[in-house]
Amino acid sequence: MANYSTNEFRSGLKLMLDGDPCSILENEFVKPGKGQAFNRVKLRNLKTGRVLEKTFKSGETLEGADVMDMDMQYLYNDGDFWYFMEPDSYEQHQATENAVGDALQWLSEQDICVVTLYNGAPLSVVPPNHVELEIVETDPGLRGDTAQGGSKPAKLATGATVKVPLFLDQGDVIKVDTRTGEYQGRVKES
Amino acid sequence: MTDWQPGTNRAMLQRRAELLSALRHFFLERSVMEVDVPSLGRSTVTDSNIESIYAGTFRNSGYLQTSPEYFMKRLLATGAGDIYCLGKAFRQGELGSRHNPEFSLLEWYRCGWDEYQLMNEVAELISQLHAKKSSQSLVITQRSYADCFIEAVGVDPHSAELGQLQEMAVAAASASWADETRANCLDLLFSQLVEPQLPLGLVFVHQYPACQSALAQLDSNTQGQLISRRFEVFLNRMELANGYLELTDSAEQRERFAADIKQRKLTGKAPIPIDQHLLAALDQGLPSCAGVALGVDRLLMQLEGADSIAKVMPFSWDRC
Repeated sequence: MANYSTNEFRSGLKLMLDGDPCSILENEFVKPGKGQAFNRVKLRNLKTGRVLEKTFKSGETLEGADVMDMDMQYLYNDGDFWYFMEPDSYEQHQATENAVGDALQWLSEQDICVVTLYNGAPLSVVPPNHVELEIVETDPGLRGDTAQGGSKPAKLATGATVKVPLFLDQGDVIKVDTRTGEYQGRVKES
Repeated sequence: MTDWQPGTNRAMLQRRAELLSALRHFFLERSVMEVDVPSLGRSTVTDSNIESIYAGTFRNSGYLQTSPEYFMKRLLATGAGDIYCLGKAFRQGELGSRHNPEFSLLEWYRCGWDEYQLMNEVAELISQLHAKKSSQSLVITQRSYADCFIEAVGVDPHSAELGQLQEMAVAAASASWADETRANCLDLLFSQLVEPQLPLGLVFVHQYPACQSALAQLDSNTQGQLISRRFEVFLNRMELANGYLELTDSAEQRERFAADIKQRKLTGKAPIPIDQHLLAALDQGLPSCAGVALGVDRLLMQLEGADSIAKVMPFSWDRC
């Protein structure tokens, strides 16, 4: 992989830091009038998701990371791995539970996800921003109570639990924003 | 395509025009003469942390000046008296929310003054400009470099061992500071740990470490430690100006240039021809004087509450 100098650091650039692939979030150039220039850089470790701050001398270089984001279709889970397919080439990739991470609770078969590949293997998975899922478990709905505030937990077919309005019932299909885990609306009544 | 347009609206253009006019008025009232010195010179600064922009000219090579200092000192050596320059300066590779490769610099010299008298004049200038914008008075603080450093970092910058400063720099930044010079470690620690702790308002930090003397005279403080007669000005924690009781000894200036050249070689920086004209002027005799250089764009940022230098320049580098 190519090396990148601090003056090429841009938000979104993927680099290797201490053996882990990272993505640059911010890069601030700092230079005292008579002093040495340096760069305060905020990065996200793509393996752990943790955000870290590092200070590099201006002109220092880091190795680029072989990291690529790709749209893929989620196929199935065999108990050990989660399988994703590139829609154009039909090439399949197996992702570990660690790589799938929090996406796990939202994934339905055939969803199109963004899979981040690191050295060709799935490193992380981002589910679709919005998913439609069936409620499999919740307290009985209070019919007619569509105006009142208040909410209750509901377990969805994929395992996630979200807060939903009181009038919803088991078997209803709802739309959820996976970025916030918030209920967006009812799609289909049971 | 809209990036042909300036990055500032007309109101900001007006604020900039008013500031330039107010600066000139300030010095006119005090009988400090404006001088219009070249931006392009055959030589330039040798400081290993400042890179000049090289400009090929039709017969000779030249450098865009990083400050008007050398030309102004040559004028001072001929008896020009109190002078100021309000013009453009250029620095290679400096680009960020507080940096633009071309920027406006106000530099002035006061003959027979020391740096403390000059600090008072800087305070008067900034207070006047601040008063036009705000009814709240500007809080002014004066502290020695050592006091600020000991409070924020916990060690004495003048007496701490280099190894200890390097360790602290590595902890505050990254492993690449492990073999840095004393001056660069101090700068890093100051930027990372001291600056965020400085009081708001206008802060004068004086008595810089001897290893950061640049073109300032050396002296000793009350504890007998070697210090430089240099000060820096911070406005709301942003570095704004840098001043000296100017070094007038040409032999010492030669030694500092030689040390700069050596440091440039060590760090693989391009060689710079020493400005023999400046040395000849110092041989002739520079009057005892204090001088300061102030970033005009940063001053405008602070006065207008702008968070980026590009917001106060009609055409910052990304629009040039």
